[in-house]
Amino acid sequence: MDQAEHLTLYQQMVVIRRLEEKSAELYQQGKIGGFLHLYIGQEATGVGAVAARSPHDNVITAYRDHGIAVACGMEPKVILAEMLGKVTGCCKGKGGSMHLADKRLNFWGGHAIVGAHIPLATGLALANKFRGEDSVTLCFFGDGATNIGYFHEGLNLAAVWDLPIVFICENNQYGMGTSIERASAVPEMRQKAEAYGMPSARVDGMELLAVHEAAAAAIAHARAGQGPYFLEALTYRYRGHSMGDPERYRKQEEVRRWQSDDPIGKFEAVLLKRGISPDDLNAIEAQAEATIADAVRFAEESPFPPPEELWRDVYAEPEAEPQPA
Amino acid sequence: MPVMTIREAVSQALWEEMERDPNVIILGEEVGMWGGTYAVTKGFYDHFGAERVRDTPIAEGVIVGAAVGAAMNGLKPVAEIMTINFAFLAMDQIVNHAAKIHSMFGGQFEVPVVIRTTSGGGKQLGATHSQTPDVIFAHFPGLKVVAPATPADAKGLLKSAIRGRDPVLFIEHSTMYQERGEVPADKDFLLPIGKSDVKRPGNDVTIVTYSKMVQITMRAVKQLEAEGIDCEVIDLRSLRPLDLGPVYASFKKTNRAVIVEEGWRSYGVGAEVAARIYEECFDYLDAPIQRVAQKEVPLPYSADLEKSAIPGPADVIAAVKAVV
Ligand SMILES: Cc1ncc(C[n+]2csc(CCOP(=O)(O)OP(=O)(O)O)c2C)c(N)n1
Ligand SMILES: [Mg+2]
Repeated sequence: MDQAEHLTLYQQMVVIRRLEEKSAELYQQGKIGGFLHLYIGQEATGVGAVAARSPHDNVITAYRDHGIAVACGMEPKVILAEMLGKVTGCCKGKGGSMHLADKRLNFWGGHAIVGAHIPLATGLALANKFRGEDSVTLCFFGDGATNIGYFHEGLNLAAVWDLPIVFICENNQYGMGTSIERASAVPEMRQKAEAYGMPSARVDGMELLAVHEAAAAAIAHARAGQGPYFLEALTYRYRGHSMGDPERYRKQEEVRRWQSDDPIGKFEAVLLKRGISPDDLNAIEAQAEATIADAVRFAEESPFPPPEELWRDVYAEPEAEPQPA
Repeated sequence: MPVMTIREAVSQALWEEMERDPNVIILGEEVGMWGGTYAVTKGFYDHFGAERVRDTPIAEGVIVGAAVGAAMNGLKPVAEIMTINFAFLAMDQIVNHAAKIHSMFGGQFEVPVVIRTTSGGGKQLGATHSQTPDVIFAHFPGLKVVAPATPADAKGLLKSAIRGRDPVLFIEHSTMYQERGEVPADKDFLLPIGKSDVKRPGNDVTIVTYSKMVQITMRAVKQLEAEGIDCEVIDLRSLRPLDLGPVYASFKKTNRAVIVEEGWRSYGVGAEVAARIYEECFDYLDAPIQRVAQKEVPLPYSADLEKSAIPGPADVIAAVKAVV
């Protein structure tokens, strides 16, 4: 990666952080409804891994999807519009925070049923392989998701069929309030890939460049036709599981410890050491603020879906669409 | 009589049954240290301990499967599935195991398991997290499906479910935990499962409903009363067993019926109840039976769109006016 690329990734992480802070605010104002799962603290895993993909590679993830959407190139204004339930959102206001997607970006969605998108990833990869394309599928999920049947069925099938998938476990230490020690029989999520004969690596998810490098190697492995690869990124969410989480299950001291290992702060230090000037970084900060401010304005000014939108897109074939009753 | 919320009533029923029977255990996601996603089991982990209040991994199949196995082998598990949408991940255990094992093995095994879950939309959670698919589970003989509408019913029915010998899917409405009502303090307050309840007597129209739609119907009925229409409201309380005796009795008096459910209309509670009224009370029929149900679309996230798809008092009023 050259310096310009480094700055782009830095900018993405900062945009995500500002976007998430603003989302929390909008949620508290009652403008965002439903569940809201913030990505703050995990920016380096999504940004680092997605930066290693080619545009024709697929990305699919769970409901903690805002950061990965940004990394895939989705504009914050489209994300915020979706969260505000506006017709200008990426899913016309029908999906909300947990279900961001943009097919044009090969971003196949956030999915809110834990683990359910892991089998979907095998299908995405199967289709590419079937057509003789060299696309790789990046499938993100949490540590908690590794305990559900879907995960095991998905990994096994991917290995049996040699599917070009990089499974990326964002191990943020908790599934809701349950720590990995209380939910997983083995301490490293990566060990579960061993059961399926899948090569794996474990990486510091707070180190952008380390994630990027590991993801690039994993993608190369999958693209070369050597089958799936499992990447475990050790990371942490600074905020609660979703808004309103009382966080009784962890100590503030633990949160502070991880915060002192902040992915953005650490990458900033790397950039400064490599000769980027503080002014350049400040300019990126200011630009991110402006992007989010514009995005909020766009989302707030956008219209809600018209009532008849309720009846649209239930089926792809218009003649099958239900009629208002 | 003490007044409490549905949350407190469910919690009290669980607490009392755990005090009463050491074989009652709770298992599920976030039931212990977190205190339950809807705070129903708050304080249980500290009081009853980690052996009896068991936090599980996110793995619905094994939550229900382990509960069924433990029930077969003498425990009284109360498994919690965070929302009914995730019960689909345990569908095989619920349908092919919990509901079948007693019958299929010639009555040798009993499966006294209770699966508590929450149903219902209206919280802007998007299509996968907002469903009211209660009726799907009621399709299967061998399983009981209970869905209370008041704190007293919640307590009395849950206690019966726990003490009973058969598998029960106990569906609480995710938006009703704060509803208040009088609840008998009696530790042995039991309501039989499979008995409908006349929530309001009336002479002009029979309205059949259950769960949250009882509340919505009551609001509609108040307005209709002001217009001189006197509705009888029957709360089914359980979808299986389905007790339609009070419904037929009412219909023979009113000759008109409206069925109100939160889920989709097609193949729904309304379809079943209407068909049975037609079969049993054909000679008493004065108007085509009306069904009020969710618009037949996956529920959207955007607030107003979602609201427009879920039945409200105005829909009930329109349906009643169509039959009188
Ligand atoms: C099948 C299913 N069960 C339960 C839930 C409720 N739930 C949502 S997120 C979550 C925790 C998931 O933890 P993890 O996979 O570690 O992801 P993280 O939230 O930490 O990113 C749970 C239990 C769900 N959405 N789907
Ligand atoms: Mg996690």
